[in-house]
Amino acid sequence: MRRDIFQAIADPTRRAIIALIALQAMTPNAIAENFNTSRQAISKHLRILTECDLVKQAYQGREIYYSLEIEKMKEIDKWLNQFRKIWETRFTQLDKVLSTIKKQKK
Amino acid sequence: MRTDLLFDFTVDKATKTVFIVREFNAELSLVWDAFTKQEILDQWWAPKPHVSKTKIMDFKVGGRRFYAMVSPEGQERWSIQNYTSISPKTNFKFVSNFSDKDENIDPQWQPGSQWDLNFSEQNGTTKVRITIYNESLTRMEKMIEGGFFKEGVTMQMNNLDNLLTILSQRP
Repeated sequence: MRRDIFQAIADPTRRAIIALIALQAMTPNAIAENFNTSRQAISKHLRILTECDLVKQAYQGREIYYSLEIEKMKEIDKWLNQFRKIWETRFTQLDKVLSTIKKQKK
Repeated sequence: MRTDLLFDFTVDKATKTVFIVREFNAELSLVWDAFTKQEILDQWWAPKPHVSKTKIMDFKVGGRRFYAMVSPEGQERWSIQNYTSISPKTNFKFVSNFSDKDENIDPQWQPGSQWDLNFSEQNGTTKVRITIYNESLTRMEKMIEGGFFKEGVTMQMNNLDNLLTILSQRP
């Protein structure tokens, strides 16, 4: 099954998890302490984020630490920039059209 | 004439909304026409080298714009914008859906995106504020495809293709 990365970050709890582990790697228990939800629910969110490559796991002794894949987050921003560029191009074209119409009116 | 025209583009992933603000060096009535008249709209809506081709445009509440983005190779991507609210020279709203060439809406991407466009003028400069709400951000992915076709367009599009491939890979 293909994981939809945008669906992954559209969930408020997952975004909060991302914000938390962006600062430091954390264990699932430590992450769960920040939420009024079950440890199981947090595990499910972490699994989805992992499947999207948004987080990575590292083992330290018995504990699993989750941390953010910064590069992956940058890719999302890059993607959004593409959308921005479309609008930039569009508006530059509109500037030209407006200026042409203004000249014709004079 | 002002040269420091504002352009602001933000995406709020939490509310799945895109906010776009842009100023234009023209009076409000002209900018309004550029957004609401087919013959002007088709001159700028499609990022070059694509062409915007409006087949039907009935700018009134309950009316629609049925148009295609046409690639240099002639490939057409059709969309329908249904106007839901119009306050002349102030605001208009529409719901946009992808369709085929016969106006059949693509159910995969329903319920479509909701657009809200606001116009205001100050000292000869017209400000346009656009908000676009999508049910999912994946639909925005599809919107980009509609503007920049995969075939024959620029490095940017190739970059996007690569990016989407990377994003769709699983661990």
